[in-house]
Amino acid sequence: MRLAEIRDLLDATVIVGEDKLDIDVRTAFGADLMSDVLAFARSGGLLITGLSTPQAVRTAYALDIAAILVCRGKFLSDKFIEIARELNIPVLWTPYIMFEVCGRLYQEGMTACTRLASDVEDKHIA
Amino acid sequence: MPNDEYLEGIFYIQGRDFVDAGAVSSEIKKNLKEKGIPESIIRKVAVITFEAEVNIISYADQGTIQLFVEPDAIIIAADDIGQGIPDIDLALQEGYSTADDSIREMGFGAGMGLANIKKSSDIFEINSEPGGGVHLKCTINIKEK
Amino acid sequence: MTLERLVEELGLKCKCCWEKLKTTEVKGGYAGDLLSDVMANSQAGNVWVTRQVHMNIVAVASLKDLAGIIIVQGANPEKETIDKAGREGIPIMVSELPEFELVGRIYQLLGKG
Repeated sequence: MRLAEIRDLLDATVIVGEDKLDIDVRTAFGADLMSDVLAFARSGGLLITGLSTPQAVRTAYALDIAAILVCRGKFLSDKFIEIARELNIPVLWTPYIMFEVCGRLYQEGMTACTRLASDVEDKHIA
Repeated sequence: MPNDEYLEGIFYIQGRDFVDAGAVSSEIKKNLKEKGIPESIIRKVAVITFEAEVNIISYADQGTIQLFVEPDAIIIAADDIGQGIPDIDLALQEGYSTADDSIREMGFGAGMGLANIKKSSDIFEINSEPGGGVHLKCTINIKEK
Repeated sequence: MTLERLVEELGLKCKCCWEKLKTTEVKGGYAGDLLSDVMANSQAGNVWVTRQVHMNIVAVASLKDLAGIIIVQGANPEKETIDKAGREGIPIMVSELPEFELVGRIYQLLGKG
């Protein structure tokens, strides 16, 4: 799905990346714990999270995640937005809870982007 | 300070004792359920006591939560001995947290605690001084029947 | 939909309170690992999907009257967590699936689509 479609589906606001709404994402990873994201997520997908701290942006950057969707209507600090801009990562913001967000995106055909626990190695995918 | 006549319980909380986090809140919930307090009020109390309890455990040496049940209101007083909060406005900001990694990995420390307590209270009073612990007094009005 | 049906449809492994599966109705779901968010936003009857495995999840589920907890991505609930959940009457279930996929399936099963 393109980020623009995701925005419309979830009544989202584009916080960073107005010029990047044509980016297409096929996979998604939902988590609040960034250690999980680092351990299991693959690059190129959408990170769905309720964690509204700059840590989420840095984690997305480390994994070359395509975009971040912050859910639960969390307040985003100036610092968060500044870092996302600096690292060039689109950020969408939705008032819906993660359950609803993942549910709807799954129905639209997005799939999970994960390495299975049994496959996890030390090096992360570039 | 609320009238002692309405004091329902004083609960002691040990700092850094994460194993029992939520135990006091559960006690208080049971107490209020037995009294027939409306569900909607109990939900607010649950949020307030849980967050207050976790804050004491996360940041203080020790503390207490007192529950007062008055005819028109429930009052929760949380008091602790510990590092206190240097900047209350900052601490109230959603997402601001001084939690360390171990606390975050457990799912605490998202920086929402005080903000959530304030949202759930009809009257929210907080004071603190660095090194002087934190004192919260939260009032929830019970609507008249 | 009962928890029992959810367990069957999703191939979940139940770790305790099996007797509650038949009788517990699931009313919606909540996904997340930040306990403050669960406390603030979840609703009674929700099934909670999370990666957290420590004992405190039981207190939260109990305080919010959640239907049960499903732990994802093959994470293992700690023994103390299962023991406490058993005492509190909160079913704990485990799935090998990642959160996004499991939530997607639950969402469909609950007929939200």
